[in-house]
Amino acid sequence: MAEVSRLQPQFPTLARQREADHFGMLIFLSTEVLIFGGLFAALFVLRAEHGAEYVKSSKAMHVWLGGLNTAVLLTSSALVALMVEAVRAGSARLARWLLTGAIALGLAFLAIKFTEYGLEYRDGVVPHLSPLNLHGGADELFMDLYFAATGLHALHVVGGLGLLASLIWPFGAARRDTSAVFAGNAALYWHLVDVIWLFLYPTLYLAR
Amino acid sequence: MRAARTIFLAWAALLALLALTIAASFAPLGRVLPYVSYGIALAKTAVVVWIFMELRARDGLQRIALAAGFAWLAILFVLLFADNLTRGWPP
Repeated sequence: MAEVSRLQPQFPTLARQREADHFGMLIFLSTEVLIFGGLFAALFVLRAEHGAEYVKSSKAMHVWLGGLNTAVLLTSSALVALMVEAVRAGSARLARWLLTGAIALGLAFLAIKFTEYGLEYRDGVVPHLSPLNLHGGADELFMDLYFAATGLHALHVVGGLGLLASLIWPFGAARRDTSAVFAGNAALYWHLVDVIWLFLYPTLYLAR
Repeated sequence: MRAARTIFLAWAALLALLALTIAASFAPLGRVLPYVSYGIALAKTAVVVWIFMELRARDGLQRIALAAGFAWLAILFVLLFADNLTRGWPP
């Protein structure tokens, strides 16, 4: 079982190098928290200023599709966490299966999300494209922020899926990376995308 | 095997919390609902961060690296609401 992460000259030990790898990833994830934080700040202000309209818009969301998507993403995260354990244990076959399952669930998340966008198009609550039931006030601002936040989140899901897929091919890290440095970092990213959704769901769907 | 069991339990807890937050949103909680919703979201985040992201096994520096994002976000929210929620107040 060849080790994929070789000791680079700037690190005294391999343990220190792995620590630095995770440290860098966690700092990057902190900046991701701040990117989405701006959108949450805008949503909180909208709710503080226009409480009644905000609740009305939120009630019009497809709450069960959102809930289903939360469950899908949480399950996908659990599979990725198991995958990291499998990589550490050296069971590459199991790791590949778990990755395939996690990727399938990620794709299911996107499919459900875009089905929802389609339903919103039909409902006439899409700013600019299908604004029949929007009246240019707080409800339109809510939908603007909804599409900005969930759209940016969907982009992160796509990015995360790319990372997870790269563990199978071309990097084959599931097979060669028994200290799970790369697999662990890809998993961290996937879990953070999950955490962001955990806050988007109550903010957008559960305000009553 | 123990790690797999922990992950499975965390997953079950997360789904239970999801069911709880959906149920709470239909309960007549009124103004308390946002606190319940975000309380549950924070609890779910704690499970994901501590168990899935393995921060329970990381050293202090790595925990601080992730906590920094949330700490700066807290500063943003405090300053934002210090302005936004006090605008109608008498001078």
